[in-house]
Amino acid sequence: MKKSGQFDIFGLLARFAPLLFLLVLMAVFAILEPRFLSPLNLFNVMRQVSIFGLLAIGMTFVILTRGIDLSVGSLLAFAGLVAAVVAKGGLESRFAIGQAQEAQGFGWGTAILAALVTGTICGALQGFAITKLKVPPFVVTLGGMSAFRGAALLFAGGGPVSGFGEGYRWWGQGYIGQVPVPVIIFLTLAVIAHIILRYTRFGRHVYAVGANPEAARLSGLNVDRITLRVYLIMGFLAGLGGFVLSARLNSAEAVAGLTYELTVIASVVIGGTSLFGGVGTIFGTVIGTLLIGVLLNGLVLNNVSSYVQQIIIGVIIVLAVAFDTFAKSRRKRS
Amino acid sequence: MTTTRPLLEMQAISKTFPGVRALSGVDFKVGAGEVHALLGENGAGKSTLLKILSGVQQADRGTIRFDGKAFAPHSPHDAQASGIVTIYQEFSLFPSLTIAENVLIGREPPLSDKAGIFGRRLINWREMARRTAAVMSAVGLELHPMRQVADLSVAEQQMVEIARALSMESRLIVMDEPTSALSDKEVQKLFTIIRELKAKGIAIIFVTHRLEEVRIICDRLTVLRDGELVGEAEVASTPIDAMIGMMVGREVERLFAHRKRHYTGETVLEVEGVSRLNRGPGNTLARLHDISFTLNRGEILGLAGLVGAGRTDLARVIFGADPFEQGTIRVDGQTIAPGSPQDAIEAGIGLVPEDRKLQALFLALTVRSNLSMTALDRLSGRFGWVDGKGERALVLDYATRLNVRMADPEQQIANLSGGNQQKVVLARWLALQPKILIVDEPTRGIDVAAKAEVHQLLYGLAESGIGIIAISSELPEIMTVSDRILTMREGRITGEAMAGEASEEKLMELMTLAAPNAGSRAA
Repeated sequence: MKKSGQFDIFGLLARFAPLLFLLVLMAVFAILEPRFLSPLNLFNVMRQVSIFGLLAIGMTFVILTRGIDLSVGSLLAFAGLVAAVVAKGGLESRFAIGQAQEAQGFGWGTAILAALVTGTICGALQGFAITKLKVPPFVVTLGGMSAFRGAALLFAGGGPVSGFGEGYRWWGQGYIGQVPVPVIIFLTLAVIAHIILRYTRFGRHVYAVGANPEAARLSGLNVDRITLRVYLIMGFLAGLGGFVLSARLNSAEAVAGLTYELTVIASVVIGGTSLFGGVGTIFGTVIGTLLIGVLLNGLVLNNVSSYVQQIIIGVIIVLAVAFDTFAKSRRKRS
Repeated sequence: MTTTRPLLEMQAISKTFPGVRALSGVDFKVGAGEVHALLGENGAGKSTLLKILSGVQQADRGTIRFDGKAFAPHSPHDAQASGIVTIYQEFSLFPSLTIAENVLIGREPPLSDKAGIFGRRLINWREMARRTAAVMSAVGLELHPMRQVADLSVAEQQMVEIARALSMESRLIVMDEPTSALSDKEVQKLFTIIRELKAKGIAIIFVTHRLEEVRIICDRLTVLRDGELVGEAEVASTPIDAMIGMMVGREVERLFAHRKRHYTGETVLEVEGVSRLNRGPGNTLARLHDISFTLNRGEILGLAGLVGAGRTDLARVIFGADPFEQGTIRVDGQTIAPGSPQDAIEAGIGLVPEDRKLQALFLALTVRSNLSMTALDRLSGRFGWVDGKGERALVLDYATRLNVRMADPEQQIANLSGGNQQKVVLARWLALQPKILIVDEPTRGIDVAAKAEVHQLLYGLAESGIGIIAISSELPEIMTVSDRILTMREGRITGEAMAGEASEEKLMELMTLAAPNAGSRAA
């Protein structure tokens, strides 16, 4: 009684820390480099971020259940290539150049479907290995990271598959009004994911499984089915991300999405989702994704080398988890 | 064999944990070459006293003298260095290592005594094997010293523990329920070893719940109750009835605080010939043998037994948390599938598990989420959309009915007191309107006032027609709340008593003495 009545400054700070950090970071970059705040650059940041964002939404589900998915970058590349090959009309004609080939392909609708199905099936396979074969998520998705990358390389057959029709490219390069299409996709899915986690039974079960799997089982929850669905969602979003990325670049290549898993996990954790499970929100993940996106963009504008960027991402992950561990020990004490 | 001057003298030992007084002013003496039984009910303070002796915990007050010298161990290592070795109830062996490595861990013989980079850092394996074989033959275990411990039977592992204690040149060995995993033959072997140790002047503290063994092997005994010393006596002059009397604390027959309640004779739960033969990983699960009983609507059935008797295992099997191989469980005549909590819940069974934090609470979530978790199925409609208004109403309704003291349903459950947390766990099941509720240690770790509230709640639920199975390590609690009591020992039901019929002594006897079927105990 007493405890909850007190004004919990730490709790409040922890909740809004990512948002505050984001605003401070934007202010700093704006001072260092005025171009940063230009609408063109800001939309550019948003568009870059939206691919990470799609993956981060899925990763939030995964981490909420105490899981992890290291395979997202590889799966993204694989699904992107599947979409590209389908759009080009098959493996035979994948390297054909020019829009004339568009007519021979299966169209962007089929391409999207192919990417989504690929992602979902791969996610389901990983979920199956985790729940039925009882292999820890870290190991399963480490395997997936290698396997999907290999599959992508097989599909690519040595070069990028590029040159899509206008309808395909619209999904990555188009605008609705002033807003880039990928940004709309990202924010729409964020809203849907928020609603699922917050207002549906499945969402509530996701939190329960992460907060205490044994208690969830003893409350009659089907922990395996919930976990499987979470990896299925992750796979679906990786498939969608792969398609949107290939549309934006007008090209799909096997090396797409390298080290994305790190950036995405960093975004989710910095957004307040706990690696110990059961704690986190989609709102936090969106902020975390923007934060990482802004940071990377600001570093580029200030001519910081990409090597240094990798170091910074690495340090951020460790610090964010250290903060999370600290917050958890506080939770336990109270 | 008792010498005039005790080898170990613990004087006025006190220890307090937050909220619990574990020991208050306990004196404990053991002479050299003496086998001394330390007796008491669950929670009497035996474990705490032994932990202080072996350096795992430190006393708040009191002094220890060992071999005439002041002794204050700050770690198990200190105690071992002085010759006090403890064989714990839960095995402390390394399953993936060999017998030799386990026996001599931390004391591996060096290849050479010369200083230098290698000499003292390399292990002399031949010497390891030789020393291990020597102590192994002393305990009558003819196994190759290089065999992996994981491959040994439970009894053999117990013998390896004893071999390790022997190899340490110990002067006092503490054995915490050493016979619970052994067959009769192995127990005889252990007794032979104990007699040999005794002849060498080594003292032994023997903790057991099997009082007949005390009569056979022990010289003296000390009884603790509620953290206090009840008394010390010669075993020869203390019949088992007297031991039970000391442990329970009331020589006079104490009848149940019998509540006059009426419940229909309608059976709601039938358990028939249920056996679970497979042990779980880490041997933490007890076996269950041919368990049969029925539970009536509106009845509170108490399960009494010592720790490890199989009460919790039985509860988990009925609820489907653990599987079983033989027998049937029926709710209202409908057979339920083994090993499926979902099936059990659907049939109307709820379980308030033994360990609130580990098995029941979602500590990171709100009171609301914790309370409504099982009811979400009922509260959600199309697409699994949860009816938020209905949920809040349900949470407030049950929080009021069960008098859960909280600031706000959106508060993290971790911030509630143990008693209020337990009420939320109870409410979680009541929201499903179950037919059967199993409560395992429902008042563990909660204060006296909340305890009484939980008891009142259970009575109320029984009045409303729910059949309740109550488990508690506190015998008085079981006797207060139950209409009927089943006693268990070593995975079997050993007796049944109606409220107002049995005394605490009688129950204790059923829990400790009733002989399980001979022969079936062998591993």
